[in-house]
Amino acid sequence: MASNEEILAGLAEIVNEETGLAPEAVELDKSFTDDLDIDSISMMTIVVNAEEKFGVRIPDEEVKNLKTVGDAVDYIAKAQA
Amino acid sequence: MLQSPLREHSRVLGLGAYRPDVIVTNDDVCQWIESSDEWIRQRTGIVTRHRAKADVSVVDMAEGAAREALQQAGIEGSQLGAVIVSTVTHPYATPSAATALADRLGATPAPAFDISAACAGYCYGIAQGDALVRAGSADYVLVVGAEKLSDFIDNTERSMSFLLGDGAGAVVIGPSDIPGISPSVWGSDGSKWDVIGMTHSMLEVRDLSLAAESVGSLTSAAKDREDDNAKLWPTLRQDGPSVFRWAVWEMAKTAKRALEAAGVQPEDLAAFVPHQANMRIIDEMVKQLKLPENVAVARDIADAGNTSAASVPLAMHRLLQENPQLSGGLALQIGFGAGLVFGAQVIVLP
Repeated sequence: MASNEEILAGLAEIVNEETGLAPEAVELDKSFTDDLDIDSISMMTIVVNAEEKFGVRIPDEEVKNLKTVGDAVDYIAKAQA
Repeated sequence: MLQSPLREHSRVLGLGAYRPDVIVTNDDVCQWIESSDEWIRQRTGIVTRHRAKADVSVVDMAEGAAREALQQAGIEGSQLGAVIVSTVTHPYATPSAATALADRLGATPAPAFDISAACAGYCYGIAQGDALVRAGSADYVLVVGAEKLSDFIDNTERSMSFLLGDGAGAVVIGPSDIPGISPSVWGSDGSKWDVIGMTHSMLEVRDLSLAAESVGSLTSAAKDREDDNAKLWPTLRQDGPSVFRWAVWEMAKTAKRALEAAGVQPEDLAAFVPHQANMRIIDEMVKQLKLPENVAVARDIADAGNTSAASVPLAMHRLLQENPQLSGGLALQIGFGAGLVFGAQVIVLP
């Protein structure tokens, strides 16, 4: 089970691979759409890669609730618990 | 009692295409939705789509594609043992597009029927055509994917309409000395019935038009139904992100299963011809399948848009026109769409 810091670092790596954004730009309070300019299709790629990396399941209907990076970290941490 | 003698092999003998001549550019689309050429290219890979004029029907387009496929196969319409048209945009629930097409081609009294399997429809048709030929039920089967999606779009909505084009692709399947069509990996998932489809049913069209007649206008009828956006004509919609996720990751698994069923490795392929839904789906699938660089990937979507059941044969037709040396090689083809439905095979390219 990964700590929140580890989840954030892993997520930043996935976001970097999909969008080219610097990993340090991926901060907890950043909104995926408004701050990081990630569209709904890229978000799905990030979600699927996060599922694989962290061994969790994030259903389609949950994805729209993941507004910020922090939301995603919390969801993954809970799903792993 | 007798049963038909079985045949060992079948293959695609001829391929034809019909592309309607109205070209709709991204700048045209931007008159209807707030967007830009750059945004549409980046997010979908689409530059233009072909659409048919009002007086060109699904059957007209199917006929154009079918005549080329018959010619390439070297057979007459009268030799067809079955005519299958895959379409979701033939505007009559009955009679079918296939019977009209069969008659135009001189195939009467061949059995003729439509199938409704949206963007997987062509691959569903190949599964049936292959089975009919090998079961000895028909010598030659015509399989057509034909769509006039422009009749069922709302140019002002953003989920799907701007992706869609019209067209038709056709193949003739017949007996072969060598294996030409692999086992079909096909199926459905009706639990996702509502992620792509029409806004409403024809019964609602009837009820809303009757209500509009009695209260004097569609707007008031819609208000009475507490639906401010009610439009009489049903059009296509999708939940794009959900479809994308399913199309890439689930369909990559389906494509891998089709390769296994065919006993074919990715490096044995000459071409990959996926349904042309979105360039990002195609790119991501290529990545998931780890296709070697020498496998030609069909990317007809840039010019043709998404043409549902017509997209796989149209894309294959272009690929062979531009790369005739691929003929005789193996192609992995996969269709997937509303239903949800999916179908995939490896075939020997005509």
